[in-house]
Amino acid sequence: MNAQSPQPLLTVRGLSRYYGQHVGCRDISFDLWPGEVLGIVGESGSGKTTLLGCLSGRLDPSEGSVLYRDRAGQSHDVYAMPEMMRRRLARSEWGIVHQNPRDGLRMAVSAGANVGERLMAQGARHYGGIRNQALDWLDKVEIDAGRIDDSPRTFSGGMQQRLQIARNLVSMPRLVFMDEPTGGLDVSVQARLLDLLRRLVGEMGLSVILVTHDLAVARLLAHRLLVMRGGEVVESGLTDQVLDDPQHPYSQLLVSSILQV
Amino acid sequence: MSATLEGYNFAYLDEQTKRMIRRAVLKAVAIPGYQVPFGSREMPLPYGWGTGGIQVTASIIGADDVLKVIDQGADDTTNAVSIRRFFRRTAGVATTTRTEEATLIQTRHRIPETPLREGQILVYQVPIPEPLRWLEPRETETRKMHAFADYGIMHVKLYEDIARFGRIATGYNYPVMVNGRYIMSPSPIPKFDNPKMDRNPALQLFGAGREKRIYAVPPYTRVESLDFEDHPFEIERWERACALCGSTESFLDEVVMDDRGGRMFVCSDTDYCESHRPDRSEQEAAE
Amino acid sequence: MDLMINAKDLRKTFILHPQGGVRIPVLADSSLQVASGECVTLHGPSGAGKSTLLRSLYANYKLDQGSILVRHGGQIVDMVTAAPRTVLEVRRRTMGYVSQFLRAIPRVPALDVVAEPACLAGIDQAEARERAAALLARLRIPERLWHIPPATFSGGEQQRVNVARGFVLDYPILLLDEPTASLDAANRGTVIELINEAKARGGAIVGIFHDAEVRDAVTTRLHLIQPMDAAA
Repeated sequence: MNAQSPQPLLTVRGLSRYYGQHVGCRDISFDLWPGEVLGIVGESGSGKTTLLGCLSGRLDPSEGSVLYRDRAGQSHDVYAMPEMMRRRLARSEWGIVHQNPRDGLRMAVSAGANVGERLMAQGARHYGGIRNQALDWLDKVEIDAGRIDDSPRTFSGGMQQRLQIARNLVSMPRLVFMDEPTGGLDVSVQARLLDLLRRLVGEMGLSVILVTHDLAVARLLAHRLLVMRGGEVVESGLTDQVLDDPQHPYSQLLVSSILQV
Repeated sequence: MSATLEGYNFAYLDEQTKRMIRRAVLKAVAIPGYQVPFGSREMPLPYGWGTGGIQVTASIIGADDVLKVIDQGADDTTNAVSIRRFFRRTAGVATTTRTEEATLIQTRHRIPETPLREGQILVYQVPIPEPLRWLEPRETETRKMHAFADYGIMHVKLYEDIARFGRIATGYNYPVMVNGRYIMSPSPIPKFDNPKMDRNPALQLFGAGREKRIYAVPPYTRVESLDFEDHPFEIERWERACALCGSTESFLDEVVMDDRGGRMFVCSDTDYCESHRPDRSEQEAAE
Repeated sequence: MDLMINAKDLRKTFILHPQGGVRIPVLADSSLQVASGECVTLHGPSGAGKSTLLRSLYANYKLDQGSILVRHGGQIVDMVTAAPRTVLEVRRRTMGYVSQFLRAIPRVPALDVVAEPACLAGIDQAEARERAAALLARLRIPERLWHIPPATFSGGEQQRVNVARGFVLDYPILLLDEPTASLDAANRGTVIELINEAKARGGAIVGIFHDAEVRDAVTTRLHLIQPMDAAA
């Protein structure tokens, strides 16, 4: 975390999203600081994914605001800015890692093209350069260079997820949204991915909003947690404080429900 | 010239429809490369035979126009002959096979070799107007991508070509950037013809009947073929000359002559080929 | 001597909601001052709240009331009310903590587990690894284990990795929760040396030591903690 940076990267105030009568999430406020990993935990249906959608510019909130400070120090209201700008942000300064890699990858093109797409969208026009960067990123996410021209369809679930991460990080984003990045993976594959994420996040000084129902994942990656239930944040604080000394009845229940290994 | 058919409006379409299409054409000219939706009509020929091109031609043709119709460069193929005859009978206009003589040229899959001049209009028949569909099947999404000039995936396609074949293998319908703003499908012309679109003195109009889209490249508009710095855009080249006219400049078709593998390379543009044959050079000698 | 920790009027009650809201008071009006260069040993019977106090100092437990003022660089930070990122910053540069158990990170080799706090504090990787190697050697972890993730290590080996991790940076404040619990005599001796060296360079140390030998060897001052009457 970067203590010199006096301004939050993301400022969320009174964010709510209703589906008719049903509450997706209600009155969420927090600041995300540069280099901070914020975990959003809770069981399915607690509003985690709705909140992530609202934060990442993909789901219009019913109320509230999300302010983002860009690389140049300019502050933007994510939902007041033109969609064109929002998209540009989303493919340059932001990244989104979906739970299902098929939602985040272009399955019809090669691994190299998947990694290179953001570079090309940002105007890279040197094939050799794009390919070298793609190779570099495949190496970083531990995918063999020989697979660069293969379709992600031929990749295992863990490899697809690592490819999705490379595809997002190649543009050197500042803020990455992750929705259950280790969900649906075998435990051994999970460990590898977690280690990789932990390392990349630290090396790149990324800010991350991480949605997970897995408290072990949250403990390993997140600096700070929001515990959600019924669309609301019932507790927030330092990750180890929330997990080792939960205050809210629901947080206590959540923590005590984990199987100890 | 055969007699004009009784009972049909000039150039077949009713005046309301023509006005609607002309409005779409004007808009298309105003926003080079942008696909303007229009109310495509049922035409007396099947989709895929040039219904878009015919509607554009029918809407802009006047009694004084001289019409040329080509299909794959040839004036004498079924499609070209039928469309030429259609306008002769419904509009009573003069037709020609000579590029220089024509004021209006409807084409499928080629741009004439003879350079076009100011005042001429080239109407392309377009099967699939959307160049982004290859990677993004959702029309709602491709429209936004155009609106926001969010064009990263076009180079993804070219990247895939190079990764797979070592070069950009796309030979037809090679995507172009129009006026530095919109990515456009040039219709399935060979990439050989792409450079001719750039800053062409003629007006180029594109009609897609089934997909109900019209777009345009106004005269002297910049049209750039997409490429990479280290894999620049290149056109096809042939080792040989046209077997009929000896041209080394034109786009050649390979024609199979017999069952023993005999083959011949000839100009795909029949008008150009005829005007370059030795017997025609007498005219030049006479000058 | 500079006062490094000034904890006042600490109160902590655990409320166990899943058990029908049972209230367990652990700390009440507890206070503690620690200056640089001293090692304060928390002393009292088991269940008196020694670990709770130590964890509260680290902001791992959340207090009901009180303040824990900590000297962090040129500032004074209250660990009870500070924002999470400030607490993390204090932990990164000022306050180290050695728990009884190592929380192993999958796939990260022992050497890097130990070097990590130094890297996070901005020391370059080569130097951090050098320090880590020196500590692992001192704590008699065979070199062949340095490049293996410690998840498969024995309890004693894991504990020594944990101790090394706590001493890789010269923290101005160090909290030690039974750092010698499962160590043999030789390694206990090394830990005693490490603690006394930390004291000598001005570290403020708070520890829980069940082992009398260790306690006697390092303690500057005992801080007695009496168990509270659970019915109070």
